[in-house]
Amino acid sequence: MSVRLVLTYALLVVGSIIVAFPLLIALSYSLMSESEIATFPPPLLTTRPTLNNYADVLDTIPIGRYLLNSFIVSTAVVAGQLITASLAAYAFSFLVFRGRQALFFVFLSTLMIPWEATIIPNYMTIRTIGWLDTYQGLAVPFMATAFGTFLLRQAFLQIPRELWDAARIDGASSFRFLVSTVIPLSRPILGTVAIYGFLSTYNQYFWPLLITNQTLMRTTQVGIAQLRFEETLRFGLVMAGVVMVAVPTLALLVLGQRQLVRGLTAGAVKG
Amino acid sequence: MRWTSRDTRSLGIGLAYLAPSLILFAAFVFIPLAQSIYLSFFNTRATGVATTFAGLDHYLELLTSPAFRTGLLATTLFALYTVPVGIALGLVLAVMLNQRLRAINVFRTMMSSTIAISAAVGALIWLLLLNPSLGLLNYILSLVGVHGPDWLIQPTSAIIAVSLTTIWLTLGTNIIVLLAGLQGVPEEIYEAARLDGARGLRMFTRITMPMVSPSLFFLLVVDTIAVLQAFTQIHLLTRGGPVDATRVLVYSIYQDAFQNFQFGYASAQAVILLLLVMALTLIQFRFVERRVHYQ
Repeated sequence: MSVRLVLTYALLVVGSIIVAFPLLIALSYSLMSESEIATFPPPLLTTRPTLNNYADVLDTIPIGRYLLNSFIVSTAVVAGQLITASLAAYAFSFLVFRGRQALFFVFLSTLMIPWEATIIPNYMTIRTIGWLDTYQGLAVPFMATAFGTFLLRQAFLQIPRELWDAARIDGASSFRFLVSTVIPLSRPILGTVAIYGFLSTYNQYFWPLLITNQTLMRTTQVGIAQLRFEETLRFGLVMAGVVMVAVPTLALLVLGQRQLVRGLTAGAVKG
Repeated sequence: MRWTSRDTRSLGIGLAYLAPSLILFAAFVFIPLAQSIYLSFFNTRATGVATTFAGLDHYLELLTSPAFRTGLLATTLFALYTVPVGIALGLVLAVMLNQRLRAINVFRTMMSSTIAISAAVGALIWLLLLNPSLGLLNYILSLVGVHGPDWLIQPTSAIIAVSLTTIWLTLGTNIIVLLAGLQGVPEEIYEAARLDGARGLRMFTRITMPMVSPSLFFLLVVDTIAVLQAFTQIHLLTRGGPVDATRVLVYSIYQDAFQNFQFGYASAQAVILLLLVMALTLIQFRFVERRVHYQ
């Protein structure tokens, strides 16, 4: 029995190392000098760790500014999504009105439309209204979310109707009921929507690539990609940039693991 | 039923709550969608302004264009290399993780870590791993006697290289979805099968696989849609090359619109992308509906 247990753990350790291998290599190579990276056979670990690559990233690109830009844009998207999705989910769960089904279907239909199929007119809109190279241009198009609305609606439907009836008897307005009862009771699922919104915005590449030209308005993902197109490709430098950009998302993964799993599995298992 | 003034009032209140979302969807989803379809029937100036009506010209040109056919082939190969392997790997790892063990959560977090990793970060790391002289992939292959190709230079291996990167990037999602599927299988079913003498591989093919088939199907659709939308890893690894071997549909839209400034022609391709994704999503919706019925 214990032999089997040891074997199971050994398999899990090996599996984890294989899956995480690219990340471990990025970390390891970010601490190597270019000459060490060039040795054969390719090394796994450095014998002389150095932080020079990180210093060079700071000298080559304004990474601090990129991180700041990404944080501003992602936070704005999260705030926008939480507000728009809470309001919409509330209408779809607590309010009764004719046309509700049809409007819910309108929301769901946006899930079928890939962003890339509308990216040309969206680019033109942003250019026309003068939002190229702005935070608004990066954030506003993503401030509504059908998926988030759907998740919140599912959670709101679990809230006992009696609370709603009691609030009405007390004379509370429907908006006040949303703010003082529904939102506080739904904190976990709001966390899920927030983490999703943050990760998917922070990790965007195509849209910021299209609508930003000024160096100072670039986001992290587009910013580190510049390192790949330096005159000479220096992998130590690129890996240092990769680590600096990936650390915030990995931290979010560790902190928000439960929320992420809840979001991903809502679509798959419950159908 | 007659429409009363109370109906108008309640609809008004409902719309007030929905307005922020609806305005954003109108501005950035529905109107642009109509514009994409409209543009696909027009020739445009380099600024994107529609000039002359082109009818179905762009679509007919796509049908006869060898470059577009190469692109569809690249997209198909990309999906075929990425989706089945990604799901199979995800299933194997999810089965390993579906055990009640001390510290299992550490392994779960590690193996699903790629959900937090962006395509740009993933592509840059794989650029290193795939490098023919400095990368570890070809070195590891050489240890087992395989001479690895110069991955991003040869057409046949470039599409495989992009697929490998994408498999790794989607692995985290696949593991989490399948693990949740596995955890939804009632213990009694395994007990009953065990009493009937089912073991190992037989248990896996007869019990586990059918029980997680909804999750497998969900991933088949979602991962295929994700592959259809993949842009970043291609932009950073191959730029659509060599000789268009990785110029998948989205990349072709990007190049025709934002490098060649043929917005009408690019919009026709965007409409085709839309139709493909809509078809896949509708299949998914129908399937979910059916499953709900016989529950």
